[in-house]
This record gives sequence, C-alpha cells and structure tokens, in this order.
Amino acid sequence: MLYIPTLEQLNLMAALPAIAVAAWACVLVIVDLLLPKSRKGLIPWLAVGGLVFALIAALLTFSDNGSAFLGMYRADAFTGFLNVVVLLTAILSILMSIRYVQRTGIIRSEYYILLMFSALGMMLMASSTDLVMIFVALELLSIPLYVLSAFRSPDPKSEEAGLKYFLLGAFASAFFVFGAALVYGATGTTQLELVFASAGRVLESNSPHLFYLVAGAGLMLVGLGFKAAIAPFHVWTPDVYEGAPTSVVAFMSVGAKLGGFAALMRIAMVAMGGVLMNDAEIRQAWQGLLSLLAALTVFIGNLVAIAQQNVKRMLAYSSIANAGYILIALAAGATPGLQDAAVRAILVYLITYLFTTLGAFAVVIVLEKDDGSGVMLDDFIGLGRSRPLLAFMMAVFMLSLIGVPLTAGFIGKLAVFGVAVNAGLIGLVVFAVIMTVVSAYYYARIIVNMYLRDGEGQPVPEEGHALRWATYICFVGTLAVGILPTLVTALSDQVVLATALLP
Amino acid sequence: MELTGLSLATVVLFLPMVGMIILLFLREEQARNIRLVALGTSIVTFLFSLVLWAQFDPNNTSLQFVQQTPWIPSLNISYYVGIDGLSLFLVILTTFITPIAILISWRAHVFEERGRQKLYYIFMLLLEWAMIGVFIAQDLILFYLFWEVTLVPMYFMIGIWGSEQRVYAAVKFFLYTMAGSLLMLVAILYLGLTAGTFAQPEIVQMMQSGQLVLPLDGVFSTQSLLFLAFFIAFAIKVPVWPFHSWLPDAHVQAPTAASVILAAVLLKMGSYGMIRFNLQLFPDASVDWAPFVAVLAVIGIIYGAWVSYAQTDMKKLVAYTSVSHMGFVVLGIFAMASASINGSILQMLNHGISTGGLFLIVGMLYERRHTRQMSAYGGLWATAPLLGGIALVIALSSMGMPGTNGFVGEFTILLGSVGSPLTGVVFTLLAATGVILAAIYILAFFQKVFMGEVKHEENRSLPKLHWTELAVLVPIVIMILWIGLAPNTFIAPMDPSVNALVQEVQPAETEIAQLP
Repeated sequence: MLYIPTLEQLNLMAALPAIAVAAWACVLVIVDLLLPKSRKGLIPWLAVGGLVFALIAALLTFSDNGSAFLGMYRADAFTGFLNVVVLLTAILSILMSIRYVQRTGIIRSEYYILLMFSALGMMLMASSTDLVMIFVALELLSIPLYVLSAFRSPDPKSEEAGLKYFLLGAFASAFFVFGAALVYGATGTTQLELVFASAGRVLESNSPHLFYLVAGAGLMLVGLGFKAAIAPFHVWTPDVYEGAPTSVVAFMSVGAKLGGFAALMRIAMVAMGGVLMNDAEIRQAWQGLLSLLAALTVFIGNLVAIAQQNVKRMLAYSSIANAGYILIALAAGATPGLQDAAVRAILVYLITYLFTTLGAFAVVIVLEKDDGSGVMLDDFIGLGRSRPLLAFMMAVFMLSLIGVPLTAGFIGKLAVFGVAVNAGLIGLVVFAVIMTVVSAYYYARIIVNMYLRDGEGQPVPEEGHALRWATYICFVGTLAVGILPTLVTALSDQVVLATALLP
Repeated sequence: MELTGLSLATVVLFLPMVGMIILLFLREEQARNIRLVALGTSIVTFLFSLVLWAQFDPNNTSLQFVQQTPWIPSLNISYYVGIDGLSLFLVILTTFITPIAILISWRAHVFEERGRQKLYYIFMLLLEWAMIGVFIAQDLILFYLFWEVTLVPMYFMIGIWGSEQRVYAAVKFFLYTMAGSLLMLVAILYLGLTAGTFAQPEIVQMMQSGQLVLPLDGVFSTQSLLFLAFFIAFAIKVPVWPFHSWLPDAHVQAPTAASVILAAVLLKMGSYGMIRFNLQLFPDASVDWAPFVAVLAVIGIIYGAWVSYAQTDMKKLVAYTSVSHMGFVVLGIFAMASASINGSILQMLNHGISTGGLFLIVGMLYERRHTRQMSAYGGLWATAPLLGGIALVIALSSMGMPGTNGFVGEFTILLGSVGSPLTGVVFTLLAATGVILAAIYILAFFQKVFMGEVKHEENRSLPKLHWTELAVLVPIVIMILWIGLAPNTFIAPMDPSVNALVQEVQPAETEIAQLP
C-alpha cells in the first residue's frame, strides 16, 4: 500500500529556509516569463529579497532541532550555521554579479535562478541525513554550476570550463553513488544515523561488510572531494576558474566547497562515526588517509599558486590550499572526543573563507575588463594610487588569506590548527604552517603590485553600488570576525554533530 | 581580578588607535594636520606611559595594571594585559621612540616623491599600538597577535617609502620573520591546549606547582622542542647569528624613521620574548640550551663587529652593530644571573636609544647629501659642529664609554655572565673583545665621516640642523647621559622582578652547577 505521510509528519516548518529558497526560485522562473524585457532588471533584486528572507528565517530557527520529510532532512545548529553561510554566499554573489553580467553581455535571467537552485543544493547538502538525499542535493548543487560555468558561451574558454566541469563532475558523482551503494550494501540503510548505529553489527560480523562500508566511505570522499577541490581530485579547478565568468567562480569557489565539506562532515562524523569510535585500527587508517590528503592538498595548492600570473588561477590554487586546511581539521575530527570541536573549527574556517574569498573575487570583478582580460598580476600595479580604498580592502583580504591576526583568516587558521594540535597531528600542522609561509609569498605579491611597485595604474571603471556594497560587506566581515571572533563562535559553539548520537 | 574600569596599560595601548581613527578622517591634502595629529597622539601616549612609571610599584613583583577579559572563550583565550619590571621600560622605550620617529619624518624628502603621508602616519601609529601590545600582552595568543601585526606596518613602511631595493627587502623581512613566528604559533597552540589556558602567568604557575609537566630528556623532548620553536622566532627577530641576514637589507632600504623603530624597538621584542617566554616557561630547557645560545651570542658579537668594520655604507655599518650589540643582550639573558638580566634589559634600552640615535644621524646626513657612502663625507666636524658633537656623544654611548649608558649595560652583563655557571669566564672574555672591536668600528666610522679634511665641496655648506632635528636628538643625548650617570633610576624598578625571575630559574641552574 502506498504510504502517504500527513503534513504534520513532513514537518515543513523545520525546513523553512530551504523551502523558501526552493519556492521562491520556482516563482521567479514564472515571474521571469511574465516580466517585460525592460523590467528584467528586477530579477536579481527579487532573488536577493527571497534569499534575505530565507537568511532571516535561518537565523530565527537557528537553534531549533527537528527533522522533516520523514528523517530525510535534519534541522539542527549544524544545518542552521551552514544555511546562514550559504545564503550569505548566494546574496553576496548575486550582488557582485548584477553589473558584471550586464557589461560582459552574458545577462540572462536564468543566471540568478540557476544560482538560487545551486544554493538550495548547498543548503540541502548540509541538512540531508540520508545518502540518497545527499546525492540529490549534490546534483542540484552541481548541474546549475555546470551551466553557469559555460554561461560566457560562445567564448571557447568558458565553454571548455563548462564541459570540463560537467564531465569530471559527472564522473565524481558516479564515485559518490557507488560509494553510497556500498554503504547500503554493508549496512542495509541509507540513513546516516542508522549507519552509525549499525557500526557494532558491522564490526562484529566476520563478513566483508566492514570492507564495503569503509570502501564506500572512501569512494564518497572522492566524490565530495572533487566538489571541494581536494588534491588529487582538484585538476579541474584552475581551468574552470579561469574560463568561467568571474562572478560564477566567486560563487562556486565558496559554495561548492561549502556543500562538499558539509556532506563530508556528516558522512565522516555521523555515518563513519560509529566505526571510527569503536575500531582504533580503522580510525588510524582513516585519520592517516585524511592527513595525507590534507598535506598533499595544502602542498599542491600553495606551491603551484606561486607560478600563476593570472589572479583567477592563483585564487583557484588558493582555494585548493584552503580545502587542505579544512581537511586538517577533518582529519583531527577522527580522534575520539574531538569530533564536535573539529566540526566547529571547520565551520569557523568556512565563514572566514567566505568573506575573504568573496571579497578577493569582488575586487577581481571590479578590475576585469568586459572581454575577460585585466585579471593578471600586473593589472594590480598602481591600484593603491588609482583606487586607494579598493586596494586597501584587497590588501586586507590578502592578509586574511595569509592568516595575519586581526583578520578573519587568522581566526580560521587558529581554529583549524588548534583542533589538529589537540588531536596530536603536530607534524601535519608544522607542515601546513610552512606552506602558509609559502602562501604568504604569493598573496603578498598582489600587495606588492598594488602598493610597492611604481607604475601608472590602469583606469578602473566604476563598479556600481551593488558590487561596492558586496565588497564592503566582505571587508567588514573579514575584520569583524578577526577582531571579535565570538560573533561566529557564539553560533558555532552550539553545533553538536557526533556527540548528539552518543547514548 | 575584578576591574570595573580600564587599566592604565589598556589606555596606553589604545591611545595610538585613537589617533589612527582621527587620521582616517583627514584628507591627504591636510598634511600639516596629519603630522600634528600623529605627533600629538604619540606624545600623549608617551605622557601616559610616564604616569605608568610613576604609579608602578617596584616592590611588587607580580603583574600590575592588569586587565583580563575573555576574547575567544571557547579556546580560553583572553585579552590579558599587565606590566611588571621586565616590561615597564620597554613600553616606555616604545612610547619614547615613536614621537621621535614621527618628528624625524616631518621633513623627509621621500614624501615629495612618493606622497601618501596619511597612510605613513597611520602605519606608524598602528606599529606603536602593536609594539606596546607585544610588551604588555600576558596571553600567548594575544602576544602572537601583536607580534604578527607589527610585521604589516613595517613591511609597508619599508616597501613603500624605502630606497631602491625596497621591494626585495620588504618581502624578505616579511617572509623571514613570518616563518619563525608561525612555528611559534604551533608551540603556543600546543602549550595552551595542553595547559587548558593561554595565560602566561597561569601556565608558569601550573608548572611551578607541578600541575603541568613538560618532559625534558634529550633534544627532541617536548620541552626542548617548545623552547626551540619560541627561541627561533625570537632569534630571527633579535637577530641572533646566523638568523640575521634579513636585518642589513631591511635597515638599509628602510626610511630613517622605520630604521630607528626597527633597531630601537622591534629587535627588543625578540630579546624580551626570550626573557618572558623562554626563561619563564621553559626554565629547564633554557638551562640546557644556554651554552649553545651563548656560543651563538658570542659569535654574533664578534661577527657583527667584524663585518660592521668592513662596511662602506653607513647604514649597513650601523645595522651590523645591532647584531653585535644584541649579542650582548642575548648572552646576558642566558647567563641567567640577576645582574646579567638586569644588564640585558638595560642594554635593550641603551641599544634602542644609541642605535636609534645613530640611525637618526645617518638619516640626517642622507637627507643633506643623498648618499650613505662614508667616502662622500669627511671633515664634518668643522662644517657641522653641532651635529658632530651630538654624533660623538651617541657614538661613545654605542661603544660603551664610561659615563654613557652603553658602559653600564655592557658592564653589568659581563659582570653577571662571568659569575654565572652557564657562561663563565671564557664566554665573558670573548664577549669582552666585542667591546674593544666596538671601539674600533665606531671610531673608524666617526673618523671617516667627521674628522680629517673636508674632501667634498658640498660638505662645506650643509644646511644647519632644523629645530625638528634638534628636538629628536636632544632627548636622545639626555637619555644617554641620564642612564649613564644614574643607572639606578632604571635598574631599581626592574630589579625585584628580575630577581623573582632568577629565583624561578635557579633550581634548574643549581642542579646543573652541581653536576660533577
């Protein structure tokens, strides 16, 4: 018999922010059809309005606990935090896009709608507690991004970016599905919490179930690692970042990473949590694997970034390196007792990364010319004179990426390194710290070009109000988090992911 | 500790910030106002720091003017500041040197070419804020914060307003010091997370009461590695030989004011850190490593003096004298006797004043002739007698002439180190040769620039000292003579704190001394 849940069982209110975004995006599709051509300029603002509503809803329901859609959707502080981060990212990205898509001639209203759907996917990545839902969310996150990457068509670089991202992304999705299937085979469920609970059974039996579970988690790590740009699954990143429209790159550099890590945290802490807590051998292997990937990612990201002359490519490698720093905390999270501390550290890192990276991309968007040029390192020469405020903000973003105190980046690194030191991963932290010094070299190059090099700055066109305010928000966010980290930790400290499951 | 208001230490710390905020609202064209605000702020800060001195109770060896408020509660990190005898005079040195550095920048030629005065003075006050913060922070993370923040304004000051090779020097300075300090951050995290607090005094207390034990057996044991992580960060800053290679580049390329601050205060952050953190947190490891550090210090003393003598560029010469002089300071610290540490702290002040003064003299000559080569000068004694006279006093102080501050500092250090079981006679003798070498290179410098015949016609008509130049040199000369003639004014307030520190270190030290 077909089981039809009642509305009460669905508990829609728990998922209010996500539902608001979904519904509003669908409404906008229709509004877009009805609006006359001259009024299409309203769409981005309508999108921002809907997202702001969702953001307020997310903040108001932040500490609510509940589940919706029969356990497929989980509302808790973890979901709440990531909802806030994703919605901020989406709002800022739209503000940064408005003028840019107009002047580069890629304006189509679908742009904003696709962006909203992708944001919805990211939110669902954080809140899904079922492997099937995570997969749906993953696709919802990815498919609009494939389209957006190619939005600059017929520019061959943008088309290449879209196609490359799509093909490799589809491949990564396949890894994820295969992993999910193995986990289902091993445990007989796709619900993360039931996977957690089945740990005892899996470990006891002498069957290959344990192998399937661990292999499944590994394959899912590959699939999500691709989205989050973890080495060695990162090779798409520079090409896509270079070719895709910069406003899209800004959105996905933060958003895709958010989504990838959100699901990865749920899988690593909840689904794998049971096995990791009970079996020291597997725990060590898992921690070793994550540490290795973290070291590799930090190493490749920072080292290759040095060679880049194109700032978009440089930021692509920087985003790889940042994925590595986050992985360090994820590795630390395998140590019993540190699961929640690791999750909180990652959340803090993500929000510092959000403001800093979006801010840096906002400045790149200001500098970029209509034909896509103007994003080389040399194009920053003289910016300190021609646009003092803009250059100053960029300098702060770069210092934040290095991790200099008083900026958000320092707080993020402090959180991540702190939990890793607590877990005893000193060698890994020392390595990451050395690579941070390397990163200081290439981030500082932008500052050198803006301030220390003599030369006439090229005229930089007015960026328009929306983009300017987006940059201000990122700037204020970067400094505010750096100076008053309690603004963030007050929220992140409420997050309990793994310990909530313990009896 | 319950405090309703702000402690005076906090007030002194945040006064430069007030000036910075005012500067933000001034326009670049109001150059005069910008300068006045910057100078006014730094002078007010200096006056407040004098109140600090007046209210300081020398017999109280614990922290004074304490303020503690949570900053990142989840990690137990707090805004925790306080002052004791070890840090009091370094705070005052900072607030004393900053107005001098600001005043000497007033007429600098570099602004005619590069402009951006507002940015310059903002960086200057930001730097003052961070430097004061380094000396009063009692929380390890807070200390690290100020420590790293000092890098940023100095990087920009060298990079924007420096000489030809400024970009290279600025980046080298930035990366070199950052590499050292990031390793310290790892050590700080380890120590703080193990102890459960980042407050330095609490950690020290936990270790004394045996609540926190950092094992020490061999080079790669926990305490030894922690010691090294801190020590290397500080050694780069001081700089201890062989970590000094950034220093000549940075000094030569930096504008005069930045050189003055770099020599006078930034280097002291390193030696202060050795006392506050290496000695207090890791007394046992410090004793173990002391002979090794002493070797480096003595090499630095002799090497710095030697290389300094070989220079033709005045700024490079003065830069290398820092390597030599700071060697004395480090030797004094790791001799771990109360006389030697008193001497080291005093010598930090002396070096700040006299080397700062030498950079001022070199900067004034450079403003007049636009060259730093000694061969371009000669015979200035006749053409610029006032400048020559003041330069002589500063030079004598730098070489440690009795009656000047340099003598008191070096003598006390050597006195302390000769009686210390950790350093002893050999090291002291070798270090003492540094005093002789100092006389050679300083007198050679003075002779080439001020004595002899006037070789270049341009030197006959050098512009007279401007009142701003006199206004910065006179306080320097006063301080040189004051410390030189009445050193006890300065040693008395720090002595109880130093004694308390030595008491903490002593148990470990006597153990070593009793070894067969």
